[in-house]
Amino acid sequence: MRSKIVILALSNLNKLIMYEYLVQAQEFISQPWPWWMGAFVIGATMFILLYFDKEFGLSANLRIMCAADGAGDYADFFDFDWGKQGWNLMVALGAMFGAYMAANYFGGDYQAHISPATVETLNEIAGSEVLTYGNVPIVPGADIIHPDVPEFWNIYSWKSLFTVRGLIVIILGGFLIGFGARYAGGCTSGHAISGLADLQLPSLVAVIGFFIGGLIMTWFILPYILTIGF
Amino acid sequence: MKMFKYIVVGFIFGFGMWKLEAISTFRIIEMFHFQSFHMYGIIMTGVISGLIITQLFRRGKIKTIKGVTKQFNDKDKTWPRYIYGGIIFGMGWALTGVCSGMMFVLLGAGYTVFAVFMAAAMLGTFAYGYFRKYLPH
Repeated sequence: MRSKIVILALSNLNKLIMYEYLVQAQEFISQPWPWWMGAFVIGATMFILLYFDKEFGLSANLRIMCAADGAGDYADFFDFDWGKQGWNLMVALGAMFGAYMAANYFGGDYQAHISPATVETLNEIAGSEVLTYGNVPIVPGADIIHPDVPEFWNIYSWKSLFTVRGLIVIILGGFLIGFGARYAGGCTSGHAISGLADLQLPSLVAVIGFFIGGLIMTWFILPYILTIGF
Repeated sequence: MKMFKYIVVGFIFGFGMWKLEAISTFRIIEMFHFQSFHMYGIIMTGVISGLIITQLFRRGKIKTIKGVTKQFNDKDKTWPRYIYGGIIFGMGWALTGVCSGMMFVLLGAGYTVFAVFMAAAMLGTFAYGYFRKYLPH
């Protein structure tokens, strides 16, 4: 009888320790990750895809989704066997699930740990001190988990979609990304990661293009768009 | 489950991109203002590890699951498309602060408004496919 209790206690203790470990692991993963973790995340992604004779490039999914919706009737560009590309949609699906887990269970403090200089720049754009250093929401949009986003930065929300600013940011931004990614033949994952890793000169040109476009937008256009209605 | 491995790949990528804050618009603005090394660090370490892996596959040091050396397609060396397309993509990237991979990540994280963003991106892709023959490549 006594030995039974001891065993029971021991096995429960064991469970408790396991639980402690799990909590510690969760806390450990929930910390903000340093930039060099990119080597492992991107390395693992590329290794597995190359091993299965595939290539890494997420914007191709847009073309696949267009083709799946019957765009092949309107342009030859979408007239291809998209069924064979189904694996890429699975990568996108996995990315959605991974993000769901990361955001809901390993979110940590939900802050973007950006530099003080950037906080200053963001406040300059907003025209007032809406953000403080060390308290910058990771995503500029309020949701259930993280509702306290300053109104000025509440861009990724349905409410914002029905403002001029939100329409430009979400709809025009989406259009430019979809158009540009296919025109350039790849996006950040296809050119900046896969292409550069394969020492492709066209990819370097495309990445330089990304930066030219990005710098023009960030420095000369974005501050005016973000302040429409504010 | 033949497709399960691809879901795992996506999981690693989506989870990692969220934790690395690469999905954060503020990080993108920071990057284009050259105020932190963070995003460059992610891209650089990613490219370096990707480069080593790609070269090992290219030279046949690592074979694919079929036991053969992976074939890579060289990208066409026609420049206008990379310059114009790149600039258009870059403008969209900075405008929304999200690139095409990150829209899946943000949608998965619960920002459902990205369904609209994705529809707009599909429209953009469709517009490219439709007007492709009139564009310089």
